[in-house]
Amino acid sequence: MTNESEGPIIRVKDLVTHYGERRILNHVNLDFPTGETMVILGGSGTGKSTLLRHIMRLELPTSGQIFIRNHDICSISEERFNQIRRKMGMLFQSAALFNSMTIEENVALPLRELTQLEEPTIRIMTRIKLDLVGLSGFENYMPAQLSGGMKKRAGLARALAMDPEILLFDEPSAGLDPITAAGIDSLILKLKLAFKMTIIVVTHEMASAFMIADRITVMDRGEVIATGSPEDIRNSQHPRVVQFMNRIPEGEEMDAQAYLRTITQT
Amino acid sequence: MTGVLTYLGRSTLDFLRYVSGLYELSKKTAYWTFVAPFKGQRVKWGNAIHQMVMAGVNSIPIVSMISLFIGIVMALQGAYQLQKFGANYYVTALVGVSMTRELGPLITAIIIAGRSGSAFAAELGTMKVSEEIDAFQAMGLDSVRYLVVPKYLALLVMMPCLTLLSDLSGIVGGGLFEIFQLDQTALMFMTATRDALEMHDITTGLIKSVVFGLIITGVGCYEGFSVKGGAEGVGKATTSSVVVSIFLIIFADVIFTAIFYYTG
Repeated sequence: MTNESEGPIIRVKDLVTHYGERRILNHVNLDFPTGETMVILGGSGTGKSTLLRHIMRLELPTSGQIFIRNHDICSISEERFNQIRRKMGMLFQSAALFNSMTIEENVALPLRELTQLEEPTIRIMTRIKLDLVGLSGFENYMPAQLSGGMKKRAGLARALAMDPEILLFDEPSAGLDPITAAGIDSLILKLKLAFKMTIIVVTHEMASAFMIADRITVMDRGEVIATGSPEDIRNSQHPRVVQFMNRIPEGEEMDAQAYLRTITQT
Repeated sequence: MTGVLTYLGRSTLDFLRYVSGLYELSKKTAYWTFVAPFKGQRVKWGNAIHQMVMAGVNSIPIVSMISLFIGIVMALQGAYQLQKFGANYYVTALVGVSMTRELGPLITAIIIAGRSGSAFAAELGTMKVSEEIDAFQAMGLDSVRYLVVPKYLALLVMMPCLTLLSDLSGIVGGGLFEIFQLDQTALMFMTATRDALEMHDITTGLIKSVVFGLIITGVGCYEGFSVKGGAEGVGKATTSSVVVSIFLIIFADVIFTAIFYYTG
Protein backbone atom coordinates (compact mmCIF):
# COMPACT_ATOMS: atom_id res chain seq x y z
CA MET A 1 0.00 0.00 0.00
CA THR A 2 1.48 3.31 -1.01
CA ASN A 3 1.33 6.23 1.34
CA GLU A 4 -1.62 8.34 0.27
CA SER A 5 0.18 11.63 0.62
CA GLU A 6 3.13 10.60 -1.51
CA GLY A 7 1.87 8.44 -4.37
CA PRO A 8 -0.12 9.91 -7.23
CA ILE A 9 -3.54 11.01 -6.01
CA ILE A 10 -5.07 10.08 -9.35
CA ARG A 11 -3.79 7.32 -11.58
CA VAL A 12 -5.29 6.70 -15.01
CA LYS A 13 -4.51 3.23 -16.30
CA ASP A 14 -4.92 2.10 -19.88
CA LEU A 15 -8.12 4.08 -20.39
CA VAL A 16 -10.01 3.43 -23.63
CA THR A 17 -13.32 5.06 -24.40
CA HIS A 18 -15.67 5.29 -27.37
CA TYR A 19 -18.56 7.56 -28.36
CA GLY A 20 -20.55 5.15 -30.47
CA GLU A 21 -18.06 3.66 -32.91
CA ARG A 22 -15.57 6.50 -32.62
CA ARG A 23 -12.62 5.98 -30.29
CA ILE A 24 -12.02 9.07 -28.17
CA LEU A 25 -9.35 7.91 -25.74
CA ASN A 26 -6.73 5.40 -26.77
CA HIS A 27 -4.88 3.61 -23.95
CA VAL A 28 -4.26 6.68 -21.82
CA ASN A 29 -1.87 6.21 -18.91
CA LEU A 30 -1.31 9.18 -16.66
CA ASP A 31 -0.35 9.90 -13.04
CA PHE A 32 -1.38 13.05 -11.22
CA PRO A 33 1.03 13.71 -8.33
CA THR A 34 -0.54 14.89 -5.08
CA GLY A 35 -0.56 18.64 -4.61
CA GLU A 36 0.66 19.49 -8.08
CA THR A 37 -1.01 21.46 -10.83
CA MET A 38 -1.26 19.43 -14.00
CA VAL A 39 -2.26 21.11 -17.23
CA ILE A 40 -3.61 18.91 -20.00
CA LEU A 41 -2.90 20.65 -23.25
CA GLY A 42 -4.23 19.74 -26.66
CA GLY A 43 -6.24 20.86 -29.64
CA SER A 44 -10.01 20.56 -29.95
CA GLY A 45 -11.34 17.02 -30.13
CA THR A 46 -8.22 15.40 -28.68
CA GLY A 47 -10.16 13.87 -25.81
CA LYS A 48 -8.80 16.03 -23.00
CA SER A 49 -12.22 17.14 -21.73
CA THR A 50 -13.43 13.56 -22.03
CA LEU A 51 -10.56 12.46 -19.81
CA LEU A 52 -11.59 15.05 -17.24
CA ARG A 53 -15.20 13.89 -17.35
CA HIS A 54 -14.01 10.34 -16.71
CA ILE A 55 -12.07 11.44 -13.65
CA MET A 56 -15.33 12.90 -12.28
CA ARG A 57 -17.10 9.72 -13.40
CA LEU A 58 -19.56 11.69 -15.48
CA GLU A 59 -18.85 9.03 -18.09
CA LEU A 60 -17.68 5.45 -17.86
CA PRO A 61 -14.86 4.11 -20.06
CA THR A 62 -14.97 1.17 -22.46
CA SER A 63 -12.03 -0.34 -20.63
CA GLY A 64 -9.24 0.69 -18.29
CA GLN A 65 -9.21 2.02 -14.75
CA ILE A 66 -8.97 5.27 -12.88
CA PHE A 67 -7.69 5.20 -9.30
CA ILE A 68 -8.37 8.10 -6.97
CA ARG A 69 -6.64 7.53 -3.62
CA ASN A 70 -6.31 3.89 -4.60
CA HIS A 71 -10.05 3.42 -5.20
CA ASP A 72 -10.91 2.17 -8.66
CA ILE A 73 -13.66 4.69 -9.33
CA CYS A 74 -14.98 2.94 -12.43
CA SER A 75 -16.07 -0.10 -10.48
CA ILE A 76 -17.22 1.23 -7.09
CA SER A 77 -20.86 2.12 -6.44
CA GLU A 78 -22.23 5.61 -7.02
CA GLU A 79 -22.70 6.09 -3.25
CA ARG A 80 -19.09 5.17 -2.52
CA PHE A 81 -17.85 7.50 -5.22
CA ASN A 82 -20.05 10.31 -3.93
CA GLN A 83 -18.02 10.13 -0.71
CA ILE A 84 -14.87 10.73 -2.77
CA ARG A 85 -16.60 13.41 -4.82
CA ARG A 86 -17.17 15.48 -1.70
CA LYS A 87 -13.48 16.26 -1.74
CA MET A 88 -13.48 17.06 -5.44
CA GLY A 89 -14.64 20.19 -7.21
CA MET A 90 -15.15 20.89 -10.86
CA LEU A 91 -15.48 24.08 -12.85
CA PHE A 92 -17.36 23.35 -16.05
CA GLN A 93 -16.65 24.98 -19.36
CA SER A 94 -19.96 26.84 -19.28
CA ALA A 95 -19.70 27.34 -15.47
CA ALA A 96 -22.96 25.32 -15.22
CA LEU A 97 -24.52 27.54 -12.57
CA PHE A 98 -28.10 26.64 -11.72
CA ASN A 99 -30.02 29.35 -13.52
CA SER A 100 -33.01 29.24 -11.23
CA MET A 101 -30.95 30.03 -8.12
CA THR A 102 -29.07 33.13 -6.99
CA ILE A 103 -25.28 33.08 -6.87
CA GLU A 104 -25.37 32.61 -3.11
CA GLU A 105 -27.80 29.68 -3.35
CA ASN A 106 -25.60 28.12 -6.01
CA VAL A 107 -22.51 28.24 -3.82
CA ALA A 108 -24.40 27.20 -0.70
CA LEU A 109 -26.16 24.24 -2.34
CA PRO A 110 -23.47 21.59 -1.69
CA LEU A 111 -23.09 22.84 1.91
CA ARG A 112 -26.85 22.76 2.52
CA GLU A 113 -27.30 19.33 0.97
CA LEU A 114 -24.17 17.48 2.01
CA THR A 115 -23.34 18.85 5.44
CA GLN A 116 -25.19 19.31 8.71
CA LEU A 117 -23.91 22.86 9.18
CA GLU A 118 -26.11 25.54 10.67
CA GLU A 119 -27.56 28.13 8.31
CA PRO A 120 -25.47 31.08 9.65
CA THR A 121 -22.26 29.04 9.24
CA ILE A 122 -23.24 28.16 5.68
CA ARG A 123 -23.89 31.82 4.94
CA ILE A 124 -20.47 32.83 6.27
CA MET A 125 -18.71 30.08 4.35
CA THR A 126 -20.50 31.05 1.17
CA ARG A 127 -19.42 34.67 1.58
CA ILE A 128 -15.82 33.58 2.19
CA LYS A 129 -15.78 31.58 -1.04
CA LEU A 130 -17.38 34.39 -3.01
CA ASP A 131 -14.89 36.86 -1.59
CA LEU A 132 -12.05 34.52 -2.54
CA VAL A 133 -13.05 34.69 -6.20
CA GLY A 134 -13.74 38.42 -6.05
CA LEU A 135 -17.51 38.32 -6.15
CA SER A 136 -18.46 39.91 -2.81
CA GLY A 137 -21.64 41.87 -3.16
CA PHE A 138 -23.05 39.72 -5.94
CA GLU A 139 -24.75 37.22 -3.59
CA ASN A 140 -28.26 37.99 -4.71
CA TYR A 141 -27.63 38.22 -8.44
CA MET A 142 -29.03 35.59 -10.78
CA PRO A 143 -26.51 33.83 -13.04
CA ALA A 144 -28.09 35.42 -16.13
CA GLN A 145 -27.18 38.86 -14.77
CA LEU A 146 -23.45 38.10 -14.67
CA SER A 147 -20.82 38.34 -17.39
CA GLY A 148 -19.01 35.26 -18.68
CA GLY A 149 -15.96 35.82 -16.50
CA MET A 150 -18.06 36.41 -13.39
CA LYS A 151 -20.04 33.22 -14.05
CA LYS A 152 -16.78 31.29 -14.18
CA ARG A 153 -15.73 32.86 -10.89
CA ALA A 154 -19.07 31.97 -9.31
CA GLY A 155 -18.75 28.42 -10.67
CA LEU A 156 -15.31 28.27 -9.10
CA ALA A 157 -16.67 29.48 -5.77
CA ARG A 158 -19.23 26.66 -5.90
CA ALA A 159 -16.52 24.13 -6.78
CA LEU A 160 -14.57 25.37 -3.75
CA ALA A 161 -17.54 25.23 -1.40
CA MET A 162 -16.65 21.86 0.13
CA ASP A 163 -12.93 22.68 0.42
CA PRO A 164 -11.90 20.14 -2.21
CA GLU A 165 -8.56 18.40 -2.32
CA ILE A 166 -8.84 17.88 -6.06
CA LEU A 167 -9.99 20.69 -8.30
CA LEU A 168 -10.77 20.17 -11.99
CA PHE A 169 -11.03 22.92 -14.57
CA ASP A 170 -12.55 22.31 -17.99
CA GLU A 171 -11.29 25.02 -20.36
CA PRO A 172 -11.33 27.82 -17.76
CA SER A 173 -10.50 30.52 -20.30
CA ALA A 174 -12.77 29.35 -23.13
CA GLY A 175 -14.99 32.13 -24.43
CA LEU A 176 -13.35 34.84 -22.32
CA ASP A 177 -11.43 37.90 -23.49
CA PRO A 178 -7.64 37.78 -22.82
CA ILE A 179 -7.81 40.08 -19.79
CA THR A 180 -10.62 38.16 -18.10
CA ALA A 181 -8.90 34.88 -18.97
CA ALA A 182 -5.69 36.14 -17.38
CA GLY A 183 -7.76 37.04 -14.31
CA ILE A 184 -8.97 33.43 -14.05
CA ASP A 185 -5.38 32.20 -14.48
CA SER A 186 -4.12 34.36 -11.64
CA LEU A 187 -7.03 33.14 -9.53
CA ILE A 188 -5.90 29.56 -10.15
CA LEU A 189 -2.36 30.55 -9.19
CA LYS A 190 -3.66 32.18 -6.02
CA LEU A 191 -5.58 29.02 -5.06
CA LYS A 192 -2.55 26.90 -5.80
CA LEU A 193 -0.40 28.95 -3.45
CA ALA A 194 -3.02 29.32 -0.73
CA PHE A 195 -4.27 25.73 -0.50
CA LYS A 196 -2.63 22.35 -0.88
CA MET A 197 -4.79 21.22 -3.71
CA THR A 198 -4.22 18.93 -6.64
CA ILE A 199 -5.37 20.94 -9.63
CA ILE A 200 -6.07 19.62 -13.12
CA VAL A 201 -6.64 22.14 -15.87
CA VAL A 202 -7.73 21.20 -19.37
CA THR A 203 -6.95 23.93 -21.85
CA HIS A 204 -5.66 24.76 -25.30
CA GLU A 205 -4.25 28.14 -24.22
CA MET A 206 -0.49 27.75 -24.17
CA ALA A 207 0.24 31.00 -22.36
CA SER A 208 -1.99 30.08 -19.44
CA ALA A 209 -0.68 26.51 -19.41
CA PHE A 210 2.91 27.64 -18.90
CA MET A 211 1.85 30.20 -16.34
CA ILE A 212 0.03 27.85 -13.96
CA ALA A 213 1.44 24.37 -14.55
CA ASP A 214 3.79 22.30 -12.42
CA ARG A 215 3.49 19.60 -15.03
CA ILE A 216 2.10 19.59 -18.54
CA THR A 217 0.62 16.71 -20.49
CA VAL A 218 0.06 17.09 -24.21
CA MET A 219 -2.72 15.05 -25.78
CA ASP A 220 -3.33 14.38 -29.44
CA ARG A 221 -5.99 12.20 -31.08
CA GLY A 222 -6.92 10.52 -27.82
CA GLU A 223 -3.35 9.72 -26.80
CA VAL A 224 -0.89 11.22 -24.38
CA ILE A 225 2.07 12.22 -26.52
CA ALA A 226 4.20 14.01 -23.96
CA THR A 227 4.20 14.64 -20.25
CA GLY A 228 6.69 16.46 -18.06
CA SER A 229 7.67 19.79 -16.57
CA PRO A 230 6.91 22.92 -18.63
CA GLU A 231 10.63 23.00 -19.50
CA ASP A 232 10.50 19.41 -20.84
CA ILE A 233 7.52 20.24 -23.01
CA ARG A 234 9.13 23.40 -24.33
CA ASN A 235 12.19 21.38 -25.37
CA SER A 236 10.24 18.41 -26.69
CA GLN A 237 11.22 17.11 -30.12
CA HIS A 238 7.94 15.27 -30.70
CA PRO A 239 6.69 16.52 -34.08
CA ARG A 240 3.07 16.98 -32.93
CA VAL A 241 4.15 18.82 -29.78
CA VAL A 242 6.38 21.08 -31.85
CA GLN A 243 3.52 21.64 -34.27
CA PHE A 244 1.15 22.52 -31.44
CA MET A 245 3.66 24.83 -29.72
CA ASN A 246 4.43 26.68 -32.93
CA ARG A 247 0.84 26.84 -34.09
CA ILE A 248 1.50 25.15 -37.43
CA PRO A 249 -1.79 24.32 -39.16
CA GLU A 250 -2.66 20.78 -40.12
CA GLY A 251 -1.15 19.92 -43.51
CA GLU A 252 -3.62 19.41 -46.34
CA GLU A 253 -2.13 16.10 -47.30
CA MET A 254 -4.44 13.91 -49.36
CA ASP A 255 -3.64 11.60 -52.17
CA ALA A 256 -5.61 11.69 -55.40
CA GLN A 257 -7.04 8.20 -55.02
CA ALA A 258 -8.41 8.87 -51.55
CA TYR A 259 -9.93 12.15 -52.69
CA LEU A 260 -11.64 10.41 -55.60
CA ARG A 261 -13.04 7.84 -53.21
CA THR A 262 -14.30 10.53 -50.87
CA ILE A 263 -16.25 12.41 -53.51
CA THR A 264 -17.64 9.38 -55.29
CA GLN A 265 -18.35 7.63 -51.98
CA THR A 266 -17.16 4.24 -53.19
CA MET B 1 -34.94 -6.92 -48.17
CA THR B 2 -31.99 -6.75 -45.81
CA GLY B 3 -32.55 -3.00 -45.70
CA VAL B 4 -36.07 -3.49 -44.39
CA LEU B 5 -34.89 -6.06 -41.84
CA THR B 6 -32.09 -3.76 -40.69
CA TYR B 7 -34.58 -0.94 -40.32
CA LEU B 8 -37.03 -3.11 -38.39
CA GLY B 9 -34.28 -4.46 -36.15
CA ARG B 10 -32.88 -1.04 -35.44
CA SER B 11 -36.28 0.49 -34.66
CA THR B 12 -37.12 -2.42 -32.36
CA LEU B 13 -33.84 -1.96 -30.51
CA ASP B 14 -34.42 1.80 -30.26
CA PHE B 15 -37.91 1.19 -28.91
CA LEU B 16 -36.68 -1.34 -26.32
CA ARG B 17 -33.90 1.02 -25.28
CA TYR B 18 -36.46 3.80 -24.83
CA VAL B 19 -38.75 1.61 -22.75
CA SER B 20 -35.94 0.36 -20.54
CA GLY B 21 -34.65 3.92 -20.07
CA LEU B 22 -38.12 5.06 -19.08
CA TYR B 23 -38.40 2.12 -16.69
CA GLU B 24 -35.02 2.89 -15.07
CA LEU B 25 -35.97 6.52 -14.57
CA SER B 26 -39.36 5.63 -13.11
CA LYS B 27 -37.76 3.12 -10.75
CA LYS B 28 -35.26 5.69 -9.52
CA THR B 29 -37.99 8.31 -9.13
CA ALA B 30 -40.19 5.94 -7.16
CA TYR B 31 -37.21 5.09 -4.93
CA TRP B 32 -36.45 8.74 -4.17
CA THR B 33 -40.13 9.51 -3.58
CA PHE B 34 -41.28 6.56 -1.50
CA VAL B 35 -38.22 4.77 -0.08
CA ALA B 36 -35.48 7.35 0.49
CA PRO B 37 -37.56 9.58 2.81
CA PHE B 38 -37.63 6.68 5.29
CA LYS B 39 -33.83 6.62 5.18
CA GLY B 40 -33.67 10.24 6.24
CA GLN B 41 -33.31 11.78 2.77
CA ARG B 42 -36.24 14.11 2.67
CA VAL B 43 -38.27 15.01 -0.39
CA LYS B 44 -37.79 18.61 -1.53
CA TRP B 45 -41.29 19.77 -0.65
CA GLY B 46 -40.54 23.39 -1.48
CA ASN B 47 -39.71 22.46 -5.06
CA ALA B 48 -42.67 20.09 -5.22
CA ILE B 49 -45.08 22.83 -4.17
CA HIS B 50 -43.56 25.19 -6.71
CA GLN B 51 -44.15 22.55 -9.39
CA MET B 52 -47.70 21.99 -8.17
CA VAL B 53 -48.42 25.66 -8.68
CA MET B 54 -46.78 25.69 -12.11
CA ALA B 55 -48.32 22.48 -13.43
CA GLY B 56 -51.54 22.37 -11.43
CA VAL B 57 -52.85 25.70 -10.22
CA ASN B 58 -51.81 27.58 -13.35
CA SER B 59 -53.62 25.03 -15.51
CA ILE B 60 -56.99 25.62 -13.83
CA PRO B 61 -58.27 28.21 -16.36
CA ILE B 62 -57.37 26.25 -19.49
CA VAL B 63 -58.56 22.89 -18.14
CA SER B 64 -61.90 24.26 -17.00
CA MET B 65 -62.51 26.25 -20.19
CA ILE B 66 -61.73 23.37 -22.55
CA SER B 67 -63.76 20.92 -20.47
CA LEU B 68 -66.70 23.31 -20.41
CA PHE B 69 -66.63 23.50 -24.21
CA ILE B 70 -66.27 19.74 -24.57
CA GLY B 71 -69.27 19.34 -22.24
CA ILE B 72 -71.36 21.63 -24.45
CA VAL B 73 -70.22 19.80 -27.59
CA MET B 74 -71.04 16.42 -26.05
CA ALA B 75 -74.54 17.63 -25.12
CA LEU B 76 -75.10 19.02 -28.61
CA GLN B 77 -73.99 15.83 -30.29
CA GLY B 78 -75.94 13.69 -27.85
CA ALA B 79 -79.11 15.74 -28.28
CA TYR B 80 -78.81 15.49 -32.08
CA GLN B 81 -79.10 11.71 -31.82
CA LEU B 82 -81.35 11.32 -28.78
CA GLN B 83 -83.95 13.89 -29.92
CA LYS B 84 -84.92 11.45 -32.67
CA PHE B 85 -86.13 9.09 -29.97
CA GLY B 86 -87.50 11.81 -27.75
CA ALA B 87 -84.92 10.83 -25.18
CA ASN B 88 -83.51 14.25 -24.36
CA TYR B 89 -83.60 13.36 -20.70
CA TYR B 90 -80.66 10.99 -21.26
CA VAL B 91 -78.36 13.72 -22.58
CA THR B 92 -77.48 14.51 -18.99
CA ALA B 93 -76.49 10.93 -18.28
CA LEU B 94 -74.48 10.77 -21.48
CA VAL B 95 -72.46 13.86 -20.65
CA GLY B 96 -72.00 12.92 -17.00
CA VAL B 97 -70.82 9.39 -17.60
CA SER B 98 -68.57 10.15 -20.54
CA MET B 99 -66.95 13.11 -18.79
CA THR B 100 -66.14 11.27 -15.58
CA ARG B 101 -65.18 7.91 -17.06
CA GLU B 102 -63.34 9.04 -20.15
CA LEU B 103 -63.17 12.62 -21.32
CA GLY B 104 -62.27 14.35 -18.05
CA PRO B 105 -59.09 12.33 -17.44
CA LEU B 106 -58.18 12.27 -21.14
CA ILE B 107 -58.61 15.99 -21.82
CA THR B 108 -56.74 16.86 -18.65
CA ALA B 109 -53.90 14.52 -19.55
CA ILE B 110 -53.60 15.90 -23.07
CA ILE B 111 -53.58 19.49 -21.83
CA ILE B 112 -51.00 18.72 -19.13
CA ALA B 113 -48.84 16.74 -21.58
CA GLY B 114 -48.80 19.76 -23.85
CA ARG B 115 -48.35 22.28 -21.08
CA SER B 116 -46.21 20.61 -18.41
CA GLY B 117 -44.70 17.55 -20.07
CA SER B 118 -43.13 19.73 -22.73
CA ALA B 119 -41.98 22.21 -20.07
CA PHE B 120 -40.30 19.37 -18.13
CA ALA B 121 -38.48 18.21 -21.26
CA ALA B 122 -37.41 21.73 -22.17
CA GLU B 123 -36.24 22.55 -18.64
CA LEU B 124 -34.21 19.38 -18.12
CA GLY B 125 -32.95 19.45 -21.71
CA THR B 126 -31.63 22.98 -21.31
CA MET B 127 -30.01 22.01 -18.02
CA LYS B 128 -28.43 19.02 -19.70
CA VAL B 129 -27.05 21.16 -22.54
CA SER B 130 -25.65 23.77 -20.15
CA GLU B 131 -23.94 21.04 -18.07
CA GLU B 132 -26.14 21.73 -15.03
CA ILE B 133 -27.16 18.07 -14.79
CA ASP B 134 -23.46 17.14 -14.82
CA ALA B 135 -22.84 19.74 -12.14
CA PHE B 136 -25.38 18.02 -9.88
CA GLN B 137 -23.64 14.71 -10.44
CA ALA B 138 -20.21 16.23 -9.92
CA MET B 139 -21.33 17.50 -6.50
CA GLY B 140 -22.52 14.02 -5.60
CA LEU B 141 -26.18 15.09 -5.66
CA ASP B 142 -28.75 12.94 -7.41
CA SER B 143 -30.40 14.88 -10.22
CA VAL B 144 -33.47 12.62 -10.11
CA ARG B 145 -34.07 13.52 -6.48
CA TYR B 146 -33.76 17.27 -7.04
CA LEU B 147 -35.29 17.64 -10.48
CA VAL B 148 -37.65 14.76 -11.19
CA VAL B 149 -39.22 13.91 -7.83
CA PRO B 150 -40.85 17.34 -7.33
CA LYS B 151 -42.43 17.14 -10.80
CA TYR B 152 -43.53 13.56 -10.16
CA LEU B 153 -45.18 14.48 -6.88
CA ALA B 154 -46.75 17.56 -8.39
CA LEU B 155 -48.53 15.59 -11.10
CA LEU B 156 -49.36 12.75 -8.73
CA VAL B 157 -51.35 15.22 -6.62
CA MET B 158 -52.51 17.61 -9.31
CA MET B 159 -53.73 15.23 -12.01
CA PRO B 160 -56.65 13.87 -9.95
CA CYS B 161 -57.51 17.39 -8.79
CA LEU B 162 -57.53 18.78 -12.31
CA THR B 163 -59.48 15.76 -13.52
CA LEU B 164 -62.20 16.39 -10.94
CA LEU B 165 -62.31 20.00 -12.06
CA SER B 166 -62.55 18.89 -15.67
CA ASP B 167 -65.38 16.44 -14.83
CA LEU B 168 -67.28 19.21 -13.09
CA SER B 169 -66.75 21.79 -15.85
CA GLY B 170 -67.80 19.34 -18.53
CA ILE B 171 -70.98 18.44 -16.67
CA VAL B 172 -71.75 22.12 -16.12
CA GLY B 173 -71.17 22.79 -19.83
CA GLY B 174 -73.61 20.04 -20.75
CA GLY B 175 -76.04 21.39 -18.17
CA LEU B 176 -75.95 24.89 -19.66
CA PHE B 177 -77.05 23.54 -23.01
CA GLU B 178 -79.73 21.35 -21.49
CA ILE B 179 -81.19 24.12 -19.37
CA PHE B 180 -81.19 26.77 -22.09
CA GLN B 181 -81.99 24.66 -25.14
CA LEU B 182 -83.70 21.48 -23.99
CA ASP B 183 -86.08 23.21 -21.59
CA GLN B 184 -84.94 21.36 -18.51
CA THR B 185 -84.85 23.01 -15.13
CA ALA B 186 -81.67 23.18 -13.11
CA LEU B 187 -83.22 20.84 -10.60
CA MET B 188 -84.06 18.27 -13.28
CA PHE B 189 -80.51 18.48 -14.56
CA MET B 190 -79.03 17.95 -11.13
CA THR B 191 -81.29 15.06 -10.27
CA ALA B 192 -80.59 13.41 -13.62
CA THR B 193 -76.83 13.80 -13.12
CA ARG B 194 -77.02 12.36 -9.63
CA ASP B 195 -79.03 9.41 -10.81
CA ALA B 196 -76.77 8.70 -13.76
CA LEU B 197 -73.43 8.85 -11.96
CA GLU B 198 -72.02 6.20 -9.70
CA MET B 199 -69.01 6.60 -7.46
CA HIS B 200 -67.36 3.95 -9.59
CA ASP B 201 -67.47 6.23 -12.68
CA ILE B 202 -65.54 8.94 -10.88
CA THR B 203 -62.96 6.70 -9.21
CA THR B 204 -62.04 4.85 -12.41
CA GLY B 205 -61.47 8.23 -14.04
CA LEU B 206 -59.25 9.30 -11.15
CA ILE B 207 -57.23 6.08 -11.28
CA LYS B 208 -56.62 6.71 -14.97
CA SER B 209 -55.57 10.28 -14.29
CA VAL B 210 -52.88 9.15 -11.85
CA VAL B 211 -51.47 6.75 -14.44
CA PHE B 212 -51.54 9.50 -17.08
CA GLY B 213 -49.67 11.78 -14.68
CA LEU B 214 -46.93 9.17 -14.23
CA ILE B 215 -46.62 8.84 -18.00
CA ILE B 216 -46.35 12.60 -18.53
CA THR B 217 -43.62 13.10 -15.90
CA GLY B 218 -41.75 9.97 -16.95
CA VAL B 219 -41.69 10.78 -20.66
CA GLY B 220 -41.08 14.52 -20.22
CA CYS B 221 -38.15 14.02 -17.85
CA TYR B 222 -36.69 11.11 -19.80
CA GLU B 223 -36.77 13.12 -23.02
CA GLY B 224 -35.12 16.02 -21.20
CA PHE B 225 -32.33 13.86 -19.82
CA SER B 226 -31.63 12.28 -23.19
CA VAL B 227 -31.13 15.58 -25.03
CA LYS B 228 -28.05 15.65 -27.21
CA GLY B 229 -26.58 18.48 -29.20
CA GLY B 230 -27.68 21.95 -28.19
CA ALA B 231 -30.80 23.99 -28.79
CA GLU B 232 -32.02 21.83 -31.65
CA GLY B 233 -31.89 18.77 -29.40
CA VAL B 234 -33.98 20.57 -26.78
CA GLY B 235 -36.58 21.40 -29.45
CA LYS B 236 -36.74 17.82 -30.65
CA ALA B 237 -37.06 16.46 -27.12
CA THR B 238 -39.86 18.90 -26.33
CA THR B 239 -41.82 17.88 -29.42
CA SER B 240 -41.32 14.18 -28.93
CA SER B 241 -42.18 14.38 -25.23
CA VAL B 242 -45.66 15.60 -26.22
CA VAL B 243 -46.10 13.10 -29.07
CA VAL B 244 -44.86 10.11 -27.08
CA SER B 245 -46.80 10.94 -23.93
CA ILE B 246 -50.07 11.47 -25.81
CA PHE B 247 -49.53 8.15 -27.58
CA LEU B 248 -48.79 6.34 -24.31
CA ILE B 249 -51.72 8.05 -22.57
CA ILE B 250 -54.17 6.81 -25.18
CA PHE B 251 -52.58 3.36 -25.15
CA ALA B 252 -52.90 3.18 -21.36
CA ASP B 253 -56.45 4.49 -21.69
CA VAL B 254 -57.40 1.54 -23.91
CA ILE B 255 -55.93 -0.93 -21.43
CA PHE B 256 -57.53 0.62 -18.36
CA THR B 257 -60.90 1.11 -20.00
CA ALA B 258 -60.87 -2.56 -21.04
CA ILE B 259 -59.94 -3.63 -17.51
CA PHE B 260 -62.72 -1.52 -15.97
CA TYR B 261 -65.19 -2.79 -18.56
CA TYR B 262 -64.51 -6.45 -17.89
CA THR B 263 -64.19 -6.13 -14.13
CA GLY B 264 -67.35 -4.03 -13.97
